[in-house]
Amino acid sequence: MKKYFSFFRLRFTLGLQYRVAALAGIATQFAWGFMEVMIFAAFYRGDKNAFPMSLSATCSYIWLGQGFLAFFATWMMDNEIFDSILKGNIAYELCRPIDIYNIWFSKSVAVRLSRAMLRCFPILLVAAFLPDPYGLAKPESCLHFFLFILTLALGLLVTAAFCMLIYILTFYTISPQGLRILFTSAADFFSGGVIPLPFFPEPVQKIMELLPFAAMQNVSLRIYSGSMETDEMKKAILLQLFWLFILIFTGKILCRRAEKKITVQGG
Amino acid sequence: MITVNHLCKSYRIAKRNPGFTAACKALFHREYEIIHALKDVSFTISDGEMVGYIGPNGAGKSSTIKILSGILTPEGGTVSVDGRVPWKNRIEHVRQIGVVFGQRSQLWWDVPVMDSFELLKDIYSVPTPQYKKSLEELTALLHLEELLRSPVRQLSLGQRMKCEIAASLLHNPRILFLDEPTIGLDAVSKLAVREFILQLNKEKGTTVILTTHDMQDIEALASRIILIGKGQILMDGNIDSIKKGSAAIDETVAELYHSYEVV
Repeated sequence: MKKYFSFFRLRFTLGLQYRVAALAGIATQFAWGFMEVMIFAAFYRGDKNAFPMSLSATCSYIWLGQGFLAFFATWMMDNEIFDSILKGNIAYELCRPIDIYNIWFSKSVAVRLSRAMLRCFPILLVAAFLPDPYGLAKPESCLHFFLFILTLALGLLVTAAFCMLIYILTFYTISPQGLRILFTSAADFFSGGVIPLPFFPEPVQKIMELLPFAAMQNVSLRIYSGSMETDEMKKAILLQLFWLFILIFTGKILCRRAEKKITVQGG
Repeated sequence: MITVNHLCKSYRIAKRNPGFTAACKALFHREYEIIHALKDVSFTISDGEMVGYIGPNGAGKSSTIKILSGILTPEGGTVSVDGRVPWKNRIEHVRQIGVVFGQRSQLWWDVPVMDSFELLKDIYSVPTPQYKKSLEELTALLHLEELLRSPVRQLSLGQRMKCEIAASLLHNPRILFLDEPTIGLDAVSKLAVREFILQLNKEKGTTVILTTHDMQDIEALASRIILIGKGQILMDGNIDSIKKGSAAIDETVAELYHSYEVV
């Protein structure tokens, strides 16, 4: 266990080195956040009762989504892992007493965590001072805040476990491009990255909430602003745990199979 | 210590003619060719030996090393390294071996060398006193003091290779696999690396298996040579048995390759 933690720690500190990348990221996320807030504000001006979430809750959802983008953006994948498979550096990882799945999983989580650590605070701080209802509102209650942190962590793990599947499938497909585009655009849409899931028509929404994508950002961002009932929250957290287990289990089996028939590319 | 019997490994390679038409055809019908990288390879290496594993490009040297170090799974044959089957229980196996791939890097690019070493310490669960001792020895022998605190991206190839070799030995393995460890190094670095490997073998009795195209490496290091070509063992003997009078080693080996028709 210690070795995976050391690996995590080194990757995490390495991630904190990239300051300029973080500044650029913050600027982009501000621009994106403001744009989304303005679009939704325009819609709400039409008829604010036609929407399932209050404007304030929607804006909080947007700002949290921007702040923790690095947690949940499936398109932010680790090119080092792809390179390791495609160019054959995996040879070195395989001759260490480590489990490939575990090491890549801790690496993915470390990268996402370090990126978010550098970016989330300025974004959330500024968003908190924006005038109501356009900024980040206070959490619904202490309990909601606690559940928000819990589901945020679960969502991060689900996202990392989902990306692991794409890394591992690269063993079989050689080129990651197709899978990446397919899965990441699906994930962005179905996880509520484009618009929050409650905005979808009810029958569609019912199905979407059962998918693994809904176990990513959807749960924590909605719990924060209190737009989930107690029963809904329970169900959502159980689903997060369920999907986390399924994704890791499938990933580990696929990874073991891939290791057996591995080809180290490039001699 | 290492016993290899009837080892076979093949790769499936997609082939097509160049050009647009051929590429379109390949969309519907793909042609594969099976390349037999290893056909019935057998040898035994005993404890403390230093073996040069040579052969032309594509002969199957690296495939053998990768099978012995648990990375690849062969199609047929048996391997026993210290009683372990490398690919059956990879994690147990690799704890006891060290591997250096001259063409790849195991060090973290953007952080000081020391960070990579500390990580390896935790990965191999090396106890602190033992780690300190290994590190001191390696630092002294390879002259690393100046290098340990620099980021890897700013080291020269020769400096990096010395660090790579040290990294593979921190956990004090009994077997060391070196896959082209002197590739691209200048004369000074080459000599340093060779001298270090000799010393390691003499003082600690580490078994060393070395692949290289540099015949001077072989001359300086290996008491025994295994020659492989087209996936088969062609010759297994000591260096003096192939040397002909005063001919330079490169010419001798080139002649050897020609006589076996492997190039």
